[in-house]
Amino acid sequence: MESQLTWQEFIVTRVIKASGYSAIVFVALIFYFLLREGLPTLAEVPFGNLFSTRWYPIEEYYGILPLISGSLVVTFGAALVAVPFGLGTAIFISEIAPRWLREILKPLVELLGGLPSVVLGFLGILVLSPYLRVLLDLPTGLTALAGSLLLGGIAVPTVVSVAEDALDSVPRSYREGAWALGATKWQTIWRVTLPAARSGVLTAVMLGVGRAIGETMTVMMVTGNAPVLATKLSSIFSPVRTMTATIAAEMGEVANGSVHYHTLFFIGMVLFLISLAVNITASAVVFRQQKRSERVLS
Amino acid sequence: MKTFLPLNRNLTQRLGFGLLTAMTLATVTPIIAVIAYIIIQGAPAISLEFLTSAPYNGMRNGGIMPAIVGTLYLTIGTAIFSVPLGVAAAIYLSEYAADTWLTRTIRIAIINLAGIPSVVYGLFGLGLFVLFLQFGTSILAASLTLSIMTLPVIISTSEEALRAVPQSFRTVSISLGATRWQTIRRIVLPEALPGIITGIILGLERAAGETAPILFTGAAFFLPRLPGSPFDATMALPYHLFVISTQIPEMPFQIQYGTALVLIAFVLGMNLVATVIRSRARAKRQW
Repeated sequence: MESQLTWQEFIVTRVIKASGYSAIVFVALIFYFLLREGLPTLAEVPFGNLFSTRWYPIEEYYGILPLISGSLVVTFGAALVAVPFGLGTAIFISEIAPRWLREILKPLVELLGGLPSVVLGFLGILVLSPYLRVLLDLPTGLTALAGSLLLGGIAVPTVVSVAEDALDSVPRSYREGAWALGATKWQTIWRVTLPAARSGVLTAVMLGVGRAIGETMTVMMVTGNAPVLATKLSSIFSPVRTMTATIAAEMGEVANGSVHYHTLFFIGMVLFLISLAVNITASAVVFRQQKRSERVLS
Repeated sequence: MKTFLPLNRNLTQRLGFGLLTAMTLATVTPIIAVIAYIIIQGAPAISLEFLTSAPYNGMRNGGIMPAIVGTLYLTIGTAIFSVPLGVAAAIYLSEYAADTWLTRTIRIAIINLAGIPSVVYGLFGLGLFVLFLQFGTSILAASLTLSIMTLPVIISTSEEALRAVPQSFRTVSISLGATRWQTIRRIVLPEALPGIITGIILGLERAAGETAPILFTGAAFFLPRLPGSPFDATMALPYHLFVISTQIPEMPFQIQYGTALVLIAFVLGMNLVATVIRSRARAKRQW
């Protein structure tokens, strides 16, 4: 009975509750430290400098636009790879593959998710970029394209697992209903199962993109690290530099508390806010979905 | 209104299935190719000396022992902080928390923790552990940073394992007079243990392979000896691979591939162990 709580039970319960709240504390702490170290930038660097197109900290040019455009180009390219291939694989695994094949494919895709990004970056330097340089006749293979291809691969497992979950949770009766009406398996997938799972599929795409924009080591190693504003479509064939790579490459060499240091934290803050926006939107979709399914079932 | 002849429908289906199969192949083949390629290229570098000696001659000769040991230290350090906290948080969410706005906020916080870019964790670790708490660039600061990054993986997989234990187990235990904590410790936790261990290993696997969070919190470019205390910096496998593939000119390929092989063996070995534990527990489960 509740009144017979021993001291041990009392303490354990408190510790467990406190641990439960820890995730909120950590998100708040992370945000606090990013603000604390990043916001001084707004006072130290004139607005026109910070949002200019030149990043050259040694001469006090702190324009973050080329870095943002670099992240956007690489992420967009990665999405072009990860979304179709990720969704295609998810549909194949969930709707078409026989059980034994599914049991092989799922761990294989998870394996890709487990590969350290530094290993993919390493292969990008030694294998992929020399190949791209020769194939496309470029001055260097270390380009946004190399980054996009590898990043696409890194985002695929996220897209596959979330989308596969969503497809899997579509009730079997929906499919049976479609078959009974004479639809082929393909028509059922295309017109019943996918539309029914659309919010989960959308979440998969968003989380995949979020994964790509935050990835650091691979892009730092293979995109050539040139902070040039991407203005045209062909920028994908030239070197770029992302926000993440800039932080990783430069943080080790700046003096603590310097303007450059604060600016790198400011970029980190922008990345944090982007991931927060992506994830809160994604979880809002998931929660709404749950509520709707509860309504339908009750 | 579109109408399709049966022949067309079947043709569309065949084309569609063919396309999806091709896409799946295009996704899966590179995974196998990458792993096979690293094994083939890296295997000749692996020797007892490579695994047990320190690098010398600007890292162009010798082995990678300090990096292997460093990654072990970091993984253990991460486990020390993240396992108790993560499992306790999972117990809270599965066994105690009611569906209130606070619980929902916790869940959103966990989802967000999982999505924060790894380099941002590095910044946070630098700001809080290295500078504010003055742990310096150390195993301690790097382990703490990695722990927080690992937390969402451990919490969500452990919670799933706990929730999979049938409710009737709890009801029976409580009705026999056990307290809530007794029920959790003696009934629920043992049943969920294999799933929890799987989650822990998957979380630590990620921590072991990460580079960005340790870049400015604990990774050393080169150390002639092993770190002596948690307040020392350490070499680590992923960072070492980054260093020898980008920072050192004329680095022998063999050592690079050898290091990559040891790293993926370490990480995928953990993955394999987790998979085996999970499938064994599933096979043994009686409910």
